[in-house]
Formats: sequence, C-alpha cells, structure tokens
Amino acid sequence: MMTVTAARALTDDDVCFVGIGLPSAACNLARLTHAPRLRLVYESGTIETRPDVLPLSIGDGELCETALTTVSVPEMFQYWLQGGRITIGFLGGAQVDRFGNLNSTVIGDYARPQVRLPGGGGAPEIAACCRRIFIVMRHSRRAFVDRLAFLTTLGHGPTGQERRALGLTTEGPALLVSDLCIMRPHPETKELQVTSLHPGVTRDRVVEETGWPVAFSGVVVETPAPTARELEVLRDLHARTAAAHGVPAE
Amino acid sequence: MSEFLSLHAAVAGLVRPGDTVALEGFTHLIPFAAGHEVIRQGIGELTLIRMTPDLLYDQMIGCGLAKRLVFSWGGNPGVGSLHRLRDAVERGWPRPIELEEHSHAAMAHAYAAGAANMPAAFFRGYLGSDLAAVNPNVRFIDCPFTGEQLAAVPALRPDVAIVHAQKADREGNVLLEGIVGVQKEAVLAARRSLVTVEEVVNALPRTSPNAVVLPSWTVTAIAVAPGGAKPSYAHGYYARDNAFYVAWDAISRDRGTFQAWIGEHVLSRSAEVAS
Repeated sequence: MMTVTAARALTDDDVCFVGIGLPSAACNLARLTHAPRLRLVYESGTIETRPDVLPLSIGDGELCETALTTVSVPEMFQYWLQGGRITIGFLGGAQVDRFGNLNSTVIGDYARPQVRLPGGGGAPEIAACCRRIFIVMRHSRRAFVDRLAFLTTLGHGPTGQERRALGLTTEGPALLVSDLCIMRPHPETKELQVTSLHPGVTRDRVVEETGWPVAFSGVVVETPAPTARELEVLRDLHARTAAAHGVPAE
Repeated sequence: MSEFLSLHAAVAGLVRPGDTVALEGFTHLIPFAAGHEVIRQGIGELTLIRMTPDLLYDQMIGCGLAKRLVFSWGGNPGVGSLHRLRDAVERGWPRPIELEEHSHAAMAHAYAAGAANMPAAFFRGYLGSDLAAVNPNVRFIDCPFTGEQLAAVPALRPDVAIVHAQKADREGNVLLEGIVGVQKEAVLAARRSLVTVEEVVNALPRTSPNAVVLPSWTVTAIAVAPGGAKPSYAHGYYARDNAFYVAWDAISRDRGTFQAWIGEHVLSRSAEVAS
C-alpha cells in the first residue's frame, strides 16, 4: 500500500533521487506503470537508470549497466543535486516530527547514544536541494515523535517556518506516505495533516500511532486501493529481484 | 611513477600505525583484499575515512584498528546496521571510537577540495541540521559576492588512499570503470596511494577517451589482487555478492561469531591467496 501510494505521486516530468528499499520499489513501479518517462537518479552516480530488478544497494551493477550515463559521486552532489536538477527526493528515517524534520543519526545522547543509527548520508542536502521531498515511513509512536532525539535533516524546521529564514527556496516535505495514511503540510503552519486514510484504517488508529496530537485536514478521503495491474507489476518486480539476488528484497 | 609490489609489501610499506587512511569505493570496487591485509598486519591507531563505512570498516573497527572514524553513512546497504561499529560506539568494544560525522555532500566536496589542493570545501549544505552542532569541522561562511551563507568543511587529505580498480598497464597507469565513486579524488588528495587491480595488461583498452584513468605518476604503488573487491564487485569481472551482505548481519551481530569469521576468513589466510 505504501509503495503503490508513493508511486502514484510521481509523474513523467519528474527527475527523482532514489533511495534503497521502498523508494526504489515505488519509483520503479511508477516507471513500469503510469510514468514511463520518469527519470531515476541514484546517489552512486547513475543517471536515467532503468533497472530490470531492484538493487540491494545504492550502487549495484544493474544500475550502472542500464543507466544513460554514470558520473562520479562528487559530480553527482555538486552539479546534479546542488545544481538543482532533481525534482523529487525520497527520504525516510528512524524518527519524523510534525514538521517533517528527520532523525537518522542517534537515539539518546549524541556522545553516548542508546542506539547509533547509520547517519545522514545524502539526506541533509537532498532535503535542501531537491524541489520537493516525499517522506516514506512506517507509522508508529516510536517513529512519529513529538520531539526528535537529533535533527539530522531539515524538513520545515522546528517551528515549521525555518526554511525561508535559512534562505532555502525549495519546497521541502510535500508528502508523507505511511502504511496507515497520507499526510501533507498545512499551507501556512507547515504541520503535517492527515489528508487520506488507507482502506480499513480509522482516525483513532492514526491518533494512537502518532506521538504528537495529530491534525486531520478538513476533508479526509480514502486512499484508492491498489489496482490489479499495480499489484501485478510490483509482484513481478519483487519476484525478478528475489531470483536475481538470491535474497528477498523489500 | 607507480611501483608494482605484492599486496603484503605494499600495505607494509604504505600504511603506518596512526595514519589517516581512506579505503574508498562507493558500493563498487571496495578494496576488501587490501583492508584484510591491514587487519592481518595489525596496523592500528588508524583514523579511517570513508563515505560509507560498510562491511570492510565494520571488520577493521571490530578488530580494534581504528581510533577515529570520519564518515557520512555507516550501515550495511539495503540490510541494516553495522553491528561492530555500533558495538564500538555504544559500548566501547573492542575499544571506544571517536566519530567525525558528515553528510555525503560534505565528504564528496571535501575529497574534491583535497584533490584540488584547496584548504577547504564550500557548498550549500547542513542548513538547519544538528550535525553542524556536533562536528566542529562544520562551519559556515558568507559568500563574499552574494552574502549567501555556505557550509565549509576542511579538505580531506589522507596520509594514504587505497582503492581497487579493474586494470593497470605495465607502465602503472590505472583504469577504473563503472560506478567510480570518489576514488579518483581520494587518490589525488592523498600523500601516498595504493591501487589494487584485477589484472595487469599490456595496454589499457581505449573503451572511451573519457574513461577514468589515474596516470602512473599519481599512484604510489600497485598490487595485483584478483577478486580484491569481493564481496563488493568489479564491473566487467564479477557481480556483487548480495547474499553475503545479508549474511553479514548475523555474522557481525555477536562478538564471538565475528571473531571466528575474521579468524577463518582473514587471519588464517595470506595476502597472496586471500580473496
């Protein structure tokens, strides 16, 4: 449901900075269904890549072999990301707050963490430089928190108003897709609000799984269920991936 | 001019205790054979630099060789955590490790600055991130022309850079193809460099006049190490062993299992038959 819903948000006009796992599945599903001209860029340097199977890592050989071109990592971050060529960046993290700020660094104190997470990677500058950001995360009270343990990646800022003050002209988080609902920022306050509930999900369930007093927009719709074709393409993609890697990919 | 050495002699000659060392390779061409030789020779007190300290650095950190890590993303790509890195950070085993943490953009720009013989890199980054507060090597400057606030990080200048490549010719010129990562920048930024290669050929193929070539006079030493990037991969030679990356999660989770694996797959082998 998360993959299909995220895929639907992508269009033929997008140039998408793709992360491993769910974003990769969503982007390739979009490319294989309604957005065949969607351009995929992976931070390893592959541009306009068209993998037949999903990569396990950001730099699998499949991505390079099917790319229009492959550039160095400094070039990728300097010209393509910082240069403003990417329209959509997909991000996730261990924690998200109501303004779409993300933590992927530590849980607990930075110097003596309870849990050391992988770190920011490309996310801090992806969030600043891509035209818009889509966040994809599983919904739980541990992940959707009132207060981040560490702000790795700026969304709309601690009060929702920091992007412009910092001189950023890009839009920031425009969409959050979880396994329960879709959230979008309020136009003024930038607080994420529920705009769509996935089939079978109640408002109470979302409230229960969200660590802040979650707001619902004036009109809340039901997310359309996956179509037979979307499910078939996604299943085929996962089956090809499992066969190619000898391991199940997400 | 680059010198052809055995892997054992190259590591012994180029890597010294206490050095700042960058073993680079962005998923592709990760120099595992050379890293394993550093483990066998027990060269310690290292500052390890790497954008994505994945399995190779998990192994070196788990063996207690690193006092400090400069990095931007420390995980097992597509799988999860690096358990040896986490054990060192969270519980100080086998020794505490100091972290200097960056973003990918910062590391990429810092290597490019090192290669360009610049003191620092300037870029649009770190805005609003707590990373700037916990790393004194992240600062901000105002652009002298526009006034825009820009991030600044010091150039990366490793004592030694180690990378793996597909081919060297008999003159010692090196060819890298595929996902080329930051390897060229790391070699050009470093004081000394070691390139391990799949094979030595009479002449490099002219597949494209724009292929990434490190001229012989930019490389200190070359060592032949067929399969030297496994379980990572070498474009045109062998594929990434994705199953091993998944298996590493269980191997590395437990200190004893990890040590047994290192004993069997690294310490009991020699540089010549390893990989």
